[in-house]
Amino acid sequence: MYRYDSIDRHIVSQRVDQFRRQTDRFLAGELTEDEFRPLRLQNGLYTQRHAPMLRVAIPYGMLNSTQLRRLARIARVYDRGYGHFSTRQNIQYNWPSLESAPDILAELAEVDMHAIQTSGNCIRNTTVDHFAGVAPDEVLNPLVYAELIRQWSTLHPEFAFLPRKFKIALSGSPEDRAAVMVHDIGLKALFNYDGEPGFAVIVGGGLGRTPIIGHQIRDFLPAEHLLTYLDAILRVYNRYGRRDNKYKARIKILVKALGLDAFRREVEQEWSFLEGGPGTLPAREIARVESRFTQPAYRPLPQVSTGLEHHLSADAAFARWVSRNVHPHKVAGYAAVTVALKKTGVPPGDVTADEMDAIAELADHYSFGELRVTHEQNLVLADVETESLYALWQALDALGLAVANRGLITNIIACPGGDFCSLANAVSIPVAKAIQERFDDLDYLHDVGDLDLNISGCMNSCGHHHVGHIGILGVDKNGQEWYQISIGGNQGPTAALGKVIGPSFARADVPDVIERLIEVYLKARDSEAERFVETVQRIGLDPFRGNVYALADQ
Amino acid sequence: MRSLISKTGVVNGDPWLRLEGAADAAAAGADLLVPLAVWLEARERLLDRRGRLGVVIEPGDEPAVLASDVSWLSLIAVHFPSFTDGRGFSTARLLRERHGYRGELRATGPLTRDTLFYLARCGFDTFELREGENALESLAELLAFDEVYQAANDRGPLFERRLQALA
Repeated sequence: MYRYDSIDRHIVSQRVDQFRRQTDRFLAGELTEDEFRPLRLQNGLYTQRHAPMLRVAIPYGMLNSTQLRRLARIARVYDRGYGHFSTRQNIQYNWPSLESAPDILAELAEVDMHAIQTSGNCIRNTTVDHFAGVAPDEVLNPLVYAELIRQWSTLHPEFAFLPRKFKIALSGSPEDRAAVMVHDIGLKALFNYDGEPGFAVIVGGGLGRTPIIGHQIRDFLPAEHLLTYLDAILRVYNRYGRRDNKYKARIKILVKALGLDAFRREVEQEWSFLEGGPGTLPAREIARVESRFTQPAYRPLPQVSTGLEHHLSADAAFARWVSRNVHPHKVAGYAAVTVALKKTGVPPGDVTADEMDAIAELADHYSFGELRVTHEQNLVLADVETESLYALWQALDALGLAVANRGLITNIIACPGGDFCSLANAVSIPVAKAIQERFDDLDYLHDVGDLDLNISGCMNSCGHHHVGHIGILGVDKNGQEWYQISIGGNQGPTAALGKVIGPSFARADVPDVIERLIEVYLKARDSEAERFVETVQRIGLDPFRGNVYALADQ
Repeated sequence: MRSLISKTGVVNGDPWLRLEGAADAAAAGADLLVPLAVWLEARERLLDRRGRLGVVIEPGDEPAVLASDVSWLSLIAVHFPSFTDGRGFSTARLLRERHGYRGELRATGPLTRDTLFYLARCGFDTFELREGENALESLAELLAFDEVYQAANDRGPLFERRLQALA
């Protein structure tokens, strides 16, 4: 991961000082709530149902064990002993006090962390493929560019008060694991025919109330122009994005209103003035930032581990975990491991302080002291020797963190929902729990195979329900919680938005409905290789509707 | 009382008079600050009078309409009607970096000290604070950060300085 230099550290510490002064003025009555709101939001502090929520940035999801131990300490000292990893690769604390927020930020700064721009109408944390740099299918390692974007976007003086929040995602693999098609800007890192690094630029995707798949506005942007081109897009958005209605303020609405071609012309025209200007990245700077990244000291290892082969044939539970939670690595003899934060009955992404400490220990022991947060609300140990997988699995299993459900229906992605969030129409965590309890038979789960299930408690779609193979959305009908179900959504290179199957359901009926949907799939799939979402694409919604609403008619 | 500060200190005795009413009603010889619409409509008459001229720009106004006027104007006041409308930041950079405006660039509106650092980076020289905002403490906020990452109107990107230090 990127190592701060003294300047990075100084900027973060001056930001803590500034926020402390702002908080003091607010508490002294010198700033009104309206004046303080954007300031606290840009430092990660939301107000929510019970207490402020603090969202801490984990830039492009990368953490080291020292930082994770500090997050554990913060959970213990300032919160109720746990944290919640979000779908934006950040961590959220649900119970800090406003008065303690500057102290928490100071504790974060000591380990080169911050909460800068984790909310508010500004450029948020850039998200990246959680296997960046280690995935064998990767074309171009996007991490150095993610760091360059982090620096460019941090305290950007022109774009701190945009019409709405702004999210950038970056992927370097054709298997897009960063959801670049549903971000304000998505960047696909790739090489052109001359072997030069650069990006395909996608604009105007997004979930929320108006889900839209993004549009590619540039097929290839040379890497040196990355920041000036981002400046051009952001400037067009800052000047022309709607500010009269927050539900129509995202860049996707501007792209739609202008039309793609007109929007592209605006950006290209703006960029014609900025191209080659001071923000242009010299190759030396790209190389310098690259050199600030830690390089794991991989050992030369054989491709095949005999120990691993033995355990795979001897231990079915281990083999199942490997088949779901262990991922290929570009270096022979290594693998990336998903640490599943999806215990039944615990909100997806929630981790206790003790678990954080234990995972930090495992990262030190097995993965060069580093780990990553995924947008599926899991953690990843990215550099594990395959020979050590069995020992790691046993250690994780002892912690209850070896649930072999990566990619399965019980690997639910969910927002905090109405139990915590003041925006939500409905709870999401108890729904997740009920589904996980219904599908607790691992053999059945593995038979069903890949199935992304996403739950959002309201239209803001923090649980990304639009791109779940099955998406569940909490809706409010006359003050009661109902759940609308869609199927056929998909993330990745073939990103698609799910379609609503019909009228919504009471909470108690949701597990039955999911089971009915899966019944149709199991009967209709043309082979075990056809995934749920592919069956939906092939046979359409009607057979699913028929089986689900027949239930209601009985 | 709204105080006015510059990047270097408190400004006492602002010479600028805001035009109220028609352009012809303007006091002769005064430094006159007029709305953009008035400027566009009465440009020739305003230029004929004695005294310096300034124009007020609202968030939705297009700074390019002043492209050929920048050398006549001694003040451009960019209005921030609300704290969270960030269009004026882009307006300022365009005036400075695209249209070559060299005169005084003033941020007006109910400003608190909290945006001053960003405003200064975008090319503003003077800042009209909201009622009750402490001018001396606000001046200190102009120095909230010693270093910045990205290029803006005040300096080039941090990477230039980092690479220089390596050379």
